[in-house]
Amino acid sequence: MNFEAIKSIYAFEMARTRRTLMQSVVSPVVSTSLYFIVFGAAIGSRVQEIEGVPYGAFIAPGLIMLTLLNQCIGNGSFGIYFPKFTGTIYEILSAPISTAEIVIGYVGAAATKGLIIGTIILATASLFVDITIAHPLLMVVFFVLTAVSFSLFGFMIGIWAKDFEQLNIIPMLVIPPLVFLGGSFYSIDMLPPFWQTVSHFNPVLYLVSGFRWSFFEIADVNPWISLAIVVAFLGACLAVTAWIFRTGYKLKN
Amino acid sequence: MAPIVRIENLTKSYASGFQALKGVSLDIEEGEILALLGPNGAGKTTMISIVCGIVTPSGGRVTVAGHDVVKDFRRTREIIGLVPQELTLDAFETVFNTVAFSRGLHGRKPDPALIEKILRELSLWDKKDTMLRQLSGGMRRRVLIAKALSYEPKVLFLDEPTAGVDVTLRKEMWQLVERLRATGVTIILTTHYIEEAEEIADRIGVINKGEILLVEDKAALMQKLGRKQLTVELAEPLEAVPEGLAAFRLRLGEGGQSLVYEYDTAGERTGITALLAAMAEQGLRLKDVSTEQSSLEDIFVELVGDAK
Ligand SMILES: Nc1ncnc2c1ncn2[C@@H]1O[C@H](COP(=O)(O)OP(=O)(O)OP(=O)(O)O)[C@@H](O)[C@H]1O
Ligand SMILES: [Mg+2]
Repeated sequence: MNFEAIKSIYAFEMARTRRTLMQSVVSPVVSTSLYFIVFGAAIGSRVQEIEGVPYGAFIAPGLIMLTLLNQCIGNGSFGIYFPKFTGTIYEILSAPISTAEIVIGYVGAAATKGLIIGTIILATASLFVDITIAHPLLMVVFFVLTAVSFSLFGFMIGIWAKDFEQLNIIPMLVIPPLVFLGGSFYSIDMLPPFWQTVSHFNPVLYLVSGFRWSFFEIADVNPWISLAIVVAFLGACLAVTAWIFRTGYKLKN
Repeated sequence: MAPIVRIENLTKSYASGFQALKGVSLDIEEGEILALLGPNGAGKTTMISIVCGIVTPSGGRVTVAGHDVVKDFRRTREIIGLVPQELTLDAFETVFNTVAFSRGLHGRKPDPALIEKILRELSLWDKKDTMLRQLSGGMRRRVLIAKALSYEPKVLFLDEPTAGVDVTLRKEMWQLVERLRATGVTIILTTHYIEEAEEIADRIGVINKGEILLVEDKAALMQKLGRKQLTVELAEPLEAVPEGLAAFRLRLGEGGQSLVYEYDTAGERTGITALLAAMAEQGLRLKDVSTEQSSLEDIFVELVGDAK
């Protein structure tokens, strides 16, 4: 293992994070606050509670996940896309480092940033609603696994993307529907049966449901199934990443 | 001694179907300076990129210090330094940090003192905290060199190190190459400037259209270059070289209008005086006399021209 190289990539990415931290924190904090005001206060005054949890608190885990997914995909994709775009990737490709080391460096940094911002959102949420965490350990496991898998997912987008438009298209087109239709703002029991079935094909449902269970012990699906799905998603991302580097896909001529 | 870099039958076809390398073989000896000359698009960068791991070869094999560059990439990349042709740098990093980053990427422990030494040597120390985007082109080139030196490579590839570099800096660059060689570093550089190859290389290779046309010791090449031609224009054409001039091994020019004599400028006697005397003896009337020296440039143009 070339630990110095992993450290270098990680430190390089974290330095970039520090330079841009303010702007990356402000926007999710503002939008999360807006969600709490609009959904929590306005809708919450009518919906009251879902399965015994006040509506404002019910949506908090989903909102944290929304931010976490956006941040991790954004950081993961940008971190590798940018050197590709500027050409500095030559240095990564010609260094004595393996695929795994490159991925640990970039994805580790993207996940770290995602987790920092996710934690800030959690703190923001607790300003608006009472939040109790029933299973802190499981909560952290979901938090970290999600951060890592989606940073890796972002990393793949960054490698695949040929231009900035492609870089942004997945986060913009795919993630919001998945998050909004994944039970972030409601329990899927509230949906007609057909849409309940459809929802079960949405991986984000499992994430949000499992994450919410670790807070309030209420869930749309069994939390262990949720955990298994998250681990499977991580495994799939790892497999695709390994394939990308083995074949040099879009990285090397 | 086994060559430090061995390139065997290397081929590369890009995804577009274009064949940039058509079976290149080249041995590079430890400690030498090899200059690769070739016109635009010859395949110089492609070849270097394969050795360094940036481009995947289509066929053939490259070993560095006995290790395969694909299978044993860790061993080879640890000792290879690369200064790329393009000035690609992160805009928002500082000079010092980007150089330290390169060292770390190559698995070396931080060594600020060494980096200071390198930056001073390249007259970059006063810029150490400057953002890279604020540097001039020549400074960026030096930063790229500093990055490559930061991990103390044994084999250094310089892809057009003096493109867009002013005369003073070019001289400094040559001195740096000389100093590096003195520490035992093997250096491969590409260039379009023939004087540059003449100035610093031990051996010179010429590559065109994905093929190596020639690799020779500079000394041997220079000896070829040391030869001069004396052309004597005659007032009246000849049928053949006169018997009495056989000793000079003359060649009859076109239409018998001239006689061509080849001699070595490095030799003690050029034989010109004797030749002219002998010609007078033969009763030849001379119209004009001219001399011509072939240069590396001529050889290069001839080689590349023939391949067209
Ligand atoms: N990514 C690529 N895809 C397709 N063709 C390429 C690619 N990179 C280089 N080539 C082609 O391969 C050939 C060799 O290119 P290369 O960059 O190796 O030349 P070079 O000798 O370094 O030239 P120069 O002196 O201009 O730097 C050129 O014809 C070039 O167009
Ligand atoms: Mg080139």
